[in-house]
Amino acid sequence: MTGYERLSYQLEQALLALDRLVVKQILAESGQAGNIFEFTDRVIVPAMEMMGEGWEQGTIALSQYYMSSRILEETLSALLPSGTSPQRPHQKMAITILNDYHALGKRIVSSALQVNGFRLTDYGRREVDELAEAVKEDGIRVLLVSVLMLPSALLVKQLRRRLDEMACPTKIVVGGAPFRFDGQLWREVGADAMGKTASEAVEIVTELAVESG
Amino acid sequence: MSTEMTSGQRVVMALGHKEPDRVPFFLPASFYPAREMGISIREYFSRPENVVEGQMRFLSRYHHDIISALFYAAIEVEAWGGEIVFYDDGPPNAGAPFIRKPEDILRLEPPRIGDSPCLVKVLRAIEMLKARVGDEVPIVAIAVSPFSAPPMQMGFASYFDLMYERPELFERLMSLNENFCVEWANAQLEAGAATICYFDPVSSPTIVPREIYLKTGFQIARRTISRIKGPTGTHLASGRSLPILDDLAQTGTLIIGTSALEDLAEVKAACRGKLTILGNLNAIEMRRWTPEEAEAAVKDAIAKAGPGGGFILADNHGEIPWQVPEEVLESISQAVQKWGGYPLDWVEGHNGG
Ligand code: B12
Repeated sequence: MTGYERLSYQLEQALLALDRLVVKQILAESGQAGNIFEFTDRVIVPAMEMMGEGWEQGTIALSQYYMSSRILEETLSALLPSGTSPQRPHQKMAITILNDYHALGKRIVSSALQVNGFRLTDYGRREVDELAEAVKEDGIRVLLVSVLMLPSALLVKQLRRRLDEMACPTKIVVGGAPFRFDGQLWREVGADAMGKTASEAVEIVTELAVESG
Repeated sequence: MSTEMTSGQRVVMALGHKEPDRVPFFLPASFYPAREMGISIREYFSRPENVVEGQMRFLSRYHHDIISALFYAAIEVEAWGGEIVFYDDGPPNAGAPFIRKPEDILRLEPPRIGDSPCLVKVLRAIEMLKARVGDEVPIVAIAVSPFSAPPMQMGFASYFDLMYERPELFERLMSLNENFCVEWANAQLEAGAATICYFDPVSSPTIVPREIYLKTGFQIARRTISRIKGPTGTHLASGRSLPILDDLAQTGTLIIGTSALEDLAEVKAACRGKLTILGNLNAIEMRRWTPEEAEAAVKDAIAKAGPGGGFILADNHGEIPWQVPEEVLESISQAVQKWGGYPLDWVEGHNGG
């Protein structure tokens, strides 16, 4: 095991045990890393990926996933004075809940992205038309859509149509329970990608939104 | 065995882990019958008479073995004073949470059933359904578990915060919810429901780890189910169940609703003789099934879980989505008639149970 692998494993264990002190000690070592993203990519990202996989496979529960993302977010913001948190260069991104009233998926995904150095606009809960307008006006290039109800998942089709009519090149990334239960649904509604977990959201966004260089 | 049984007899025998004349099946249609009646979902739920007519039409069209008395889960929240959001093409949802901060729990009082018009409507529907079907077709009523109602009462993230960090307020909310749940379940039994479906997905290992479940959802279920004066089944709403099946059996429940994300053969091996399996057709995928796919899914589920009884074929969540075509439900119904007759001599090792 390399030093980073060991740290990543320890971080995952500390998060699962809700041990904030150890989490803080591990994250404090990021100062020693060559650059902050090297630490993020080799310690934090793998720890979150292991958790995402664990949730997919049924070995880790949502409450652990949620608490971990909360502790990570809180610890990092305590370590880094506000405004100094590092940001990766990336295209303009936003996240939203389409049509339904379930906020937890968006919250976990948004927290995972921020911990990993992405900045995104939070649109809260939106309906199709107002969302399309906002995306166009704000020049959003990658839109993350979280839903829990099937009818909301199907509304992504309308959203895609609206954006196309407005000649808006925005990429749509979807996620939430209906997409986990029907693996074909995201293509059917015209999304560009689908993530089954918050860490998959990080992977997808890294591919879609990070500007070259 | 070739003599026709009533649905009631069929279900009771399956629950006794014996093989009836055929596999019983259940297509839980909460709002779905509004489609055939050509009225909006909001209107459908506005009068108990609509629900009764919808359920009776649904029964005579698909010939399934259980009637669902669920209006929508959030109706309980409505009784606590919460807001409901209706949709044209899906289940009503709870709107903004009525517990806005944890301290609100200190001032909370559970609603009285008789004073809650929305709950009285459900009771009326059960009474009228019971008058129509007698003991021929069992009516299952839903009570959201004390442990699983809070995502609707206060939001999911705040509920996890409460569970992990505010034990006293958590306990207080559970005790209020337990009293309400018991009263609500018993009122529905009294109105004519045969069984209570204890809707408890937060207990699933998909949502909380088993260590936490054993200290929380498990204890709550044991206490609550022991006070419910009738048979109870537990539904995890398509959350996973395998790691806690033995624990679930100890809560006093008789049935477990299982997820399409789990292998039914594995679930059967763990439940045999202990719990009746309800499930596990994937109701989200069902929208785009061909008749052949529907038949194959039914056949596969029966082969895995049918032998020895202890199996009720159903979807994996407890509700047929609005978007599922009628033809798919018809195909499912026909496939059960075709493949569900006991003995299941087309299934390898069918006597091995
Ligand atoms: C627990 C649960 C309940 C609980 C609590 C629900 C709540 N939040 O209010 C209770 C018992 C109250 C309940 C009730 C109902 N439920 Co329910 N429930 C569930 C269950 C088991 C988990 C839901 C949940 O909140 N998960 C937590 C979120 C965070 O998980 P998630 O959305 O999957 O998000 C993860 C990933 O998908 C991803 N992700 C999320 N968003 C995004 C976005 C992007 C861009 C990316 C990349 C990734 C990503 O990251 C997250 C973390 O990894 C699911 C089934 C299941 N196995 O998932 C059904 C489920 C959500 N329920 C469902 C339904 C229908 C209902 C009801 C409407 C039933 C009814 N008729 O009343 C009610 C509605 C209640 C309400 N709010 O008004 C359906 C919804 C689909 C559909 N059929 O339309 C589901 C999917 C069951 C099913 N298989 O059909 N439910």
